[in-house]
Amino acid sequence: MPSLFDALSYEFLRNALLTGVIASVLCGVVGTFVVVKRLAFLSDGLSHAAFGGMGICYFFGVNPLIGAVAMALAAAVALGAMDGETVRSYDTLIGVLWAVGMAVGIVFLYLTPGFAPNLTTYLFGNILLVSRQEILLILAFAVVVLAILGFFFQGIVAVAFDEVFAKVQGVRVRLLMTLLLTMIALTVVVLIQVVGIILVVALLTIPPVIALMLFKDLRGVMVCSVLVGVAVTLGGLTLSFYYDLPSGPAIILLGAALLAVVAAAKKLRGEAPRLLPMFRGE
Amino acid sequence: MSEPILEVRGVTFGYGGYGGELVLDHVDLAIQPRDFLAIIGPNGGGKTTLIKVILGLLRPWSGEVILNIPRGRLGYVPQFSTFDRSFPLRVRDVVLMGKLGRRGLFQRYTREDREDVDRILERLKLTGVALSHVSGVSGGQLQRVLIARALAGDPDILFLDEPTASIDAESREVLQEILAELNQRIPVVVITHDVTSMAPMVNRIACINRRLFYHGEEIDQHVLEEVYGCPVELVAHGVPHRVLHHHH
Repeated sequence: MPSLFDALSYEFLRNALLTGVIASVLCGVVGTFVVVKRLAFLSDGLSHAAFGGMGICYFFGVNPLIGAVAMALAAAVALGAMDGETVRSYDTLIGVLWAVGMAVGIVFLYLTPGFAPNLTTYLFGNILLVSRQEILLILAFAVVVLAILGFFFQGIVAVAFDEVFAKVQGVRVRLLMTLLLTMIALTVVVLIQVVGIILVVALLTIPPVIALMLFKDLRGVMVCSVLVGVAVTLGGLTLSFYYDLPSGPAIILLGAALLAVVAAAKKLRGEAPRLLPMFRGE
Repeated sequence: MSEPILEVRGVTFGYGGYGGELVLDHVDLAIQPRDFLAIIGPNGGGKTTLIKVILGLLRPWSGEVILNIPRGRLGYVPQFSTFDRSFPLRVRDVVLMGKLGRRGLFQRYTREDREDVDRILERLKLTGVALSHVSGVSGGQLQRVLIARALAGDPDILFLDEPTASIDAESREVLQEILAELNQRIPVVVITHDVTSMAPMVNRIACINRRLFYHGEEIDQHVLEEVYGCPVELVAHGVPHRVLHHHH
């Protein structure tokens, strides 16, 4: 059995590790907003809307990333422009977006002559097949998204925490909400190209949920979530290397196991895991 | 009489768009610089709705709200339910958000902001929980946190929605003290079911049940009964005589 050190001489594995780290950093920060603002379903919906855009681009022979980004941004802006009072109906709208996006994508892929990537690649991706160009692409997107979130951090946090109060103060609530949704959309769209929808959703939700159980201030949660994401990604890749497991699912299952352990430890220490009130919708 | 801080003129509003259920019907109200106004009325009578219209959170069907102070200088202490207490924020971070209206989108909180917030926390006896998570404080403390957040914005008028619902004695005392002190400088508007706890400070009362039934310095049993549609001995009971007209 080769040592991990030997394994690092394979370029594909180095690329996978690097991709995992970049994705974890991006998802740790963006995912914290996704989890505290309960936008997991929305992220999922955006990714499927993006799939529709990709299908259309394949059909016309354009770079599918353009279609995916355009579609996800359009969806994010449309949702962000909606009244805060309408937020509750997001749920239904996202369901529609999800289904229609998928249907559009599948129809156009079906109509595309010659080679078209199959659905499984899109859903599960493959972190082991990432090219150098793709790494540069997600790195560039990660830098842009993190810079924008950092720039508007205080405003976005205030709006995410209490939209009503922010509005009374004259903060531009719609603008900031749209900005946040847009950054989530970009993150999702760029990463699904590389690691697939399921791993993106996992990295956006599992590390922040673990971090939320351990820290009580936003910065702490974000830092912890990034570190958990990196650890889980590296650990999952190592497991997949030694036990010949599919890499994405190995990362996800390791994350889920860690989540279960942390939740159980909190329970044993007599503290209710903080994720519970989040799901109760207090 | 000096110029009012704000005026509500003929405001009509209902939920569900035109033709929906009417909640406010031609309400007129002027708030003077030294007012301590208690808004009372039955549940569903439109008290919170009126405040939301004044704050610009709801757009009236007709009528207007004229502000003689800049928007963004309106202090608002909502009821608990407007935000999610499981959000990972410490008490001090929440109060600091009151400063956001004074900052542009690109600016960060300054050291003066933080020092000012610490002073406000001290005034509201919250220094001990400044670094606690918002989910870890009691109902009364949370109420004070919300007041501290509103004060951090250095408002020209303060609106409080049911501030005395479910709070402990210490919080109530701090609340009364701080509101009395504030009212030396700015008008205070309180929605309450419990006029008694505010009674020493209240100098005007507005009764709202779709229409504004009474608005003035005195109130009598007759008006209260008209608003609530039933005898209201309990509500009037205990309100000091300077805000209560003689019983007939």
